[in-house]
Amino acid sequence: MVKLIARTPLDGLTPVTIGTVTVTEVTLDPMTMIAPFKNQLAKVDALLKAGDGVGFPAPNRMESSDGVRILWAGQGRALLIGADAPAGLRGLAALTDQADASACAQISGAGAVDALARLVPVDLRLSHFPVGQTARTFVNHMAASVTRTAPDAFEVMVMRSMGQTLIHELTEAMTNIAARNA
Amino acid sequence: MRITCPLCGTRDRREFTWQGDALAIHRPARDAGPEAWDNYIHLRENPAGKTRDLWYHDPCGTWAVAERDTVTHAVHSTTLVTEVPR
Amino acid sequence: MRVAGKGLLTGAAPVSFTFDGTSYQGLQGDTLASALLANDVRLMGRSFKYHRPRGVLTAGSEEPSALVRVGKGSQAVPNVRATQQEIFDGIDAASQNRWPNLKYDVLSVNDLISPFLSAGFYYKTFMWPRAFWEGLYEPFIRRAAGLGALSGESNAEPYEKAFAFCDVLVIGSGPAGLMAALTAARGGADVILADEDSRMGGRLLAETEAVDGKPAAHWTADILNELKGMPNVRLMNRTTVTGAYDHGTFGALERVGLHGPADGPRECFWRIVARGAVLAAGALERPIAFPDNDRPGIMTAGAVRAYLNRWGVSPGREVTIFGNNDDAHRTARDLADAGVRVAGLIDSRADAKVTGDFPVFTGGKIIATRGRLGLENITVEHEGGTRIIRTDCLAMSGGWNPSVHLTCHMNGRPEWKPEIASFIPRPGAIPGMVVAGSAQGIFSTSGCLADGIRAAGKVLQSLGMKAPTIELPTAEDQTYALEPLWVVEGKGRKWLDFQNDVTVRDIRLAAQENFRSVEHMKRYTTQGMATDQGKNSNVAALALLADATGRGIPETGTTTFRPPYVPVSIAAMGAGGQGMGFAPQRFTTSHQASHERGAPMIEAGYWYRPSYFPRPGEKTWLDSCNREVNMVRASVGVCDVSTLGKIDIQGHDAATFLDFVYSNTFSTLPVGRVRYGLMLREDGHVMDDGTTARLGDNHYVMTTTTAAAGLVMRHLDFVAQVLRPELDVQIVSVTEQWAQFSVAGPKSRDLVNAMLDNHVDDASFPYMACGSVNVSGVPGRLFRISFSGEQAYEIAVPARFGGSLYRLMTAQAESMGGGPYGMEALNVLRIEKGFITHAEIHGRTTAFDIGMDRMVSLKKDCIGQTASRREGLLEDTREQLVGLRPIAAEAKLTAGAHLFDKEAEAIRVNDQGYVTSVCYSPTLKTNLGLAFLKRGRARHGEVIRLVDHLRKIETLCEVCDPVFLDPEGERLRG
Repeated sequence: MVKLIARTPLDGLTPVTIGTVTVTEVTLDPMTMIAPFKNQLAKVDALLKAGDGVGFPAPNRMESSDGVRILWAGQGRALLIGADAPAGLRGLAALTDQADASACAQISGAGAVDALARLVPVDLRLSHFPVGQTARTFVNHMAASVTRTAPDAFEVMVMRSMGQTLIHELTEAMTNIAARNA
Repeated sequence: MRITCPLCGTRDRREFTWQGDALAIHRPARDAGPEAWDNYIHLRENPAGKTRDLWYHDPCGTWAVAERDTVTHAVHSTTLVTEVPR
Repeated sequence: MRVAGKGLLTGAAPVSFTFDGTSYQGLQGDTLASALLANDVRLMGRSFKYHRPRGVLTAGSEEPSALVRVGKGSQAVPNVRATQQEIFDGIDAASQNRWPNLKYDVLSVNDLISPFLSAGFYYKTFMWPRAFWEGLYEPFIRRAAGLGALSGESNAEPYEKAFAFCDVLVIGSGPAGLMAALTAARGGADVILADEDSRMGGRLLAETEAVDGKPAAHWTADILNELKGMPNVRLMNRTTVTGAYDHGTFGALERVGLHGPADGPRECFWRIVARGAVLAAGALERPIAFPDNDRPGIMTAGAVRAYLNRWGVSPGREVTIFGNNDDAHRTARDLADAGVRVAGLIDSRADAKVTGDFPVFTGGKIIATRGRLGLENITVEHEGGTRIIRTDCLAMSGGWNPSVHLTCHMNGRPEWKPEIASFIPRPGAIPGMVVAGSAQGIFSTSGCLADGIRAAGKVLQSLGMKAPTIELPTAEDQTYALEPLWVVEGKGRKWLDFQNDVTVRDIRLAAQENFRSVEHMKRYTTQGMATDQGKNSNVAALALLADATGRGIPETGTTTFRPPYVPVSIAAMGAGGQGMGFAPQRFTTSHQASHERGAPMIEAGYWYRPSYFPRPGEKTWLDSCNREVNMVRASVGVCDVSTLGKIDIQGHDAATFLDFVYSNTFSTLPVGRVRYGLMLREDGHVMDDGTTARLGDNHYVMTTTTAAAGLVMRHLDFVAQVLRPELDVQIVSVTEQWAQFSVAGPKSRDLVNAMLDNHVDDASFPYMACGSVNVSGVPGRLFRISFSGEQAYEIAVPARFGGSLYRLMTAQAESMGGGPYGMEALNVLRIEKGFITHAEIHGRTTAFDIGMDRMVSLKKDCIGQTASRREGLLEDTREQLVGLRPIAAEAKLTAGAHLFDKEAEAIRVNDQGYVTSVCYSPTLKTNLGLAFLKRGRARHGEVIRLVDHLRKIETLCEVCDPVFLDPEGERLRG
C-alpha cells in the first residue's frame, strides 16, 4: 500500500517580504469550476445562494460569505472556493475540480499595487478596481486572475506549473519598488 | 491600441488574439459547393475603412466581433459573438 | 563660470565628478553641461562625420552635440545628453567619437577633405569596384563616422516597465502645463503631470520674471506643492512622454536611477492610458545658419538664459547675442543685469528696438567666426560696416519652434503659421489631446498660463466633468515679434543639423540633384536622421529647401515625426523580458525528482521536460536513450505526460460537439473507452491529434499535443461560441489539475497495480479502456493508451500528489528492472511505431498524406471535412508518409533532408519528398526515418536517395511502411 504526499504549488517559494510588500501562498481547497448549462443560470444561482451563501457572480466580481468565495472566471463560469458545490448543481452546470490547477499568491502591503502595476496591464486604481473586483488578465506573459481582497492586498492566480515564474516576477517588481523607495 | 471585451471592459490589445473577418461566423453547409467554401476559407476583403473582425480575449476565453476602422483605428463597438444576429 | 548670487542652486551641496579623466566640482542640481560650463569647459564632443569640435548647443533633451558616455564596462551608457544628465558624486563621464582624445582627434582629417564629403558622396563614390564595399569602404566609413559605442557586454542592470492610468495626462510642466494640471486636478480628475526635467517648471526656471508678483521659480514651487498635496495627482519628473498611440495610450521613459550611483532600476518604460491629455511640451529655439556657426561656445540664446538663471552659470565671459527676434534681447539684459560683459547684441532687423547698456548692431549679421576648439571672435556686418568682436560665447536665436512632435505620431500633419514662422499642431491630430501654450505657438507667459487653463477645461468638458474657476495669475505678456532669417550667406560652412553634419550647401545640392521632395531630401542629406531627429534643424532645412525649389514652406511640407520623441534604450522597452522574464517557465510536478536524477531539460513550449536520465558509465545522451528504449521494450518505463493538454468537455451536446471538431466519430464511443482523434483545420489540413476518453454520457476528457494545447483550447472556444452556439457544452482546461504519467512496457500492469487500491486486469481493463481508480485513497483516473507500442497505461492524480506518485512509481519501476525515460527515448519509441507528432502534422499535411484518410468520416459534418475532399488533396501524386531504412544500418539519416530517385541529380526539380523524423532504433539495430514521399505508399520496397546538402550527407534508403515494429499491435494488447 503506497502513501501519497501532497505538495502545494508554491511550497518552498513563499513567504517573501521585500520592503513593505509581502507575498504569501493562498491555498484553494476545495475549488470547483461551475459552468452552468444553457438556461440554468438562475437555478444555479439560487442553489448556490441557498447552499453556500454566495450567488453566481457578475463578470469581474468576487462574492464572499463566511469563508466561502465565488470568483468570476471567464464567460459563463465561476470558481467556488472554500466549499463544495451544492449537490443539486449536478446536471445543471459543468462541475470541474480545479483545486490543484492554480498557484495562488497574496501580495499585500503598502506598494503592493505599485508592484502589480509593473506586471498587470489593467487599471488597478482603487476607484476603478475596488475590493471584490477581479480581472482575467496577464501577469507579464502569464494568463492570470487578479482579485483585490483589501485596499492594499490582491490575490494573483496563475497556472500551477507557472508558480515559480509568478514568484520570480513578483519578487523582481517588489525589489525595484523597494529600491525606488530606499 | 485598446479593445473592449464585452465582459471584462476595455483592455490593452496584448490581451487579445485577432482571427480575421467576422464572415467566419457564416459557415456554409457541407454541400454549398466549391465557390461558397472557397469564399469562406480564402477570400477576404482588405478594406481601407470600416471592418468587422473576430477577436479572442485570451484571459477570459471570450470571442467578440469588433466593428472598427482600419484608417482611423477607431473601434466603434464590440459584441459577444454569441449575441451577434445570424 | 559660476556667477555669484545667480540661479536656483544657491546653497546646494558640492559634487565631485569626472569628465575625460579630469576631476571637477559642481553643485547638486547641476547637469553635466552646466557643471562643465561652470568650470569653463566648452569642448564636449566631436561631430558625427567630420569630427568637428563641438560644445553644447542647448540646455535640454534636444541637445545634438554634447553627447557623452556615462559609466564603465557593461554599465556604460553611450550617447547621453550632457544637458540632461544630472551629476552626482563619483559620476564618470567621457566624450565620444574621438581618438586619441577630444582635443587631438586624428579623424578630424575628415574635416579637411569635407569638400569631397558632401551629401550623396557615399552613393556616388563607393559604388565601384563593387567587391570593395563590404571589405574596405563600409568598415572604414563605419569606423570613421559614428557616435558612442555599446560595450558589447550583457547589461545586467535592472530596467522596469509599468502601466499607469489617469483621466488627464499633462505633458510638460511649464506655465501652460502647471495651470492645466492645476485646473484638471481641482476639477476632480485623476491627473498625471509628466516632465522630462529633473525639476518641474519648464521655462519658468530659466527666466527672470514674476508670476503673481512672486519670482517665477517661487510661484512654480507653490503650485507644485499644492499639486503634491492632492491625492488625485501624480507628479512624474524625469519622465519623457515618448509617443502617442491609439486610444489614449502613451509611452513614457522615466530616468529612475541614472542620477545617482547604480542601485535599483535604471529606467522605467511606462505605458500610460489617459482618457484625455494636454500637450504642453513647450517650444524649441532654432539656431541660425551663418558661416561656421558650430564652434564650441555658440549656443541658443534661451540655453544661455537657462544656464544663467537656473544654474547660475555664464557660458562665457564676453558674450555676444545674435537674433532675429525680441526674445533674444532678454538674454542680453539678463547677462548685463548679472554683471556678465555683453560684447554686443546683433539683431538682423534694421528696425529692431533695443535698449540696454551694451553695444547694439541692428540690421546686423555674423559673416564669420574663429576659434578651433572654442569660439574666439566673430565678424559682424551691420549698417555701420564690418567689425570683429572678441567673444567666447555667442547666444543665437532664429525664433522658436513649437514642440509639435507628439501630435504627429498618429499621422497628423502640422500647419504653417507665418506670424511665428513655424509649424503649429493641427487641432484634433491626437483624439482626446488638446495642445496648450508655446507648443501651440503662444509665446508670452501670461498667454501660456491662460491657455493651460483653457486646454484643461476643454479636456474636462470632453470627459463630462466641470471645469473649476481658476484665477489667471498675473505675468509677463510681451508680444513676440520676429523676421525670418534662415541663412546668412558668406564663406564657410553654415551648419543646420549639428549632429549629422548637414550644411546649407547639402540641402541646396539635394534640390539641385532633384531630391526635391522633403522626404527625399532628408534621406539624401541625412538631415534630421540623427538621435535628435532634427529637433533643432528641421524647420530651417525645410525653409531652405522651399527657397531652393521655389516653393512656399507649406507646399514643401514636413517630414514625419515618429515615436520616440527621445531615444529609448532597448533595455527599457524590453524591461521584464531579460533573462528568466523572457518567457514563463512551466514545471511539471516531477521536475524536482527528474532534476535530482541529473536529467538535462529540454524546452517544449514553455514546459521543461527531461531529455534523458544519465546513469553512471553512460557517455552520451544516446547511451542513455538506447538503454531507456530497451528498458521500456523489455520491462517498464515511467514518463511524465502532464504537459499534454487536457480539456474537460461536458454537456448534453458534448458528443455532438466532438463529432464536429474531430474528423472521426465520438458519439459512438462507449463510456469507459478511449479513442484516438484527428482534428482538422477548416482548410482540410491536420491541426492536432490526441486521445479522448468518455467518462460519462455527457462527459469527455480530450488530450491535445503539448505544443498545440493553447491553440486547441482557443479553437474549441471558437467552435462553441462562433460556429455552434446552439450546442449545450462547457469546455474547461484541466491540464494543470491532473498530474499524468505514462507507464509503458510489458511489466506496466504490475507497476500500475502496485499503485492502485484495486487491481486491474486485461479482461476488465482492455486496450483503450479508461476509468476512475483510487491511488492510496486518492481518486485518480486510469487510461489504457500507448504512445510506445507497448502495453501501457496513463495514470492521473490531482497535481498536489504528482511529485509523490512519480517518485513512488520510478522507484517501483527500478525494482522491476525499469525506470524513468525521457523525451529522447519517447521519440525513438514512437518513431519505431510510426506514430506522428507535429514534425509530421506540421500544418501542410492532410489526413490523406499521413495515411489516415479513413478517419475522415463522411457520415457527418466536421471542421475541415468539405475542404479535405478538395481537388488536389486526395491525389496519389501527393507526398505520403513512409518509413525509411538505410541500406547500411549505420548510415546516417537527417531530418530536413530531401529525397531523390537513385540516379537523379539532387536538385529542386527532381525533389521527391523530405524527411521529418529520424532516430537510431536500438530495438531494430538500425537508423530509421519517417518521411513524406511522392506516391510513397505505392513505393514500399523501392530504394531512394536521401540528400542533405547542408550536412553533406547522402544515404541510400529503402522505402517501407512507417510502422517498423509490431504492425499487428500484439504488444499493445498484451
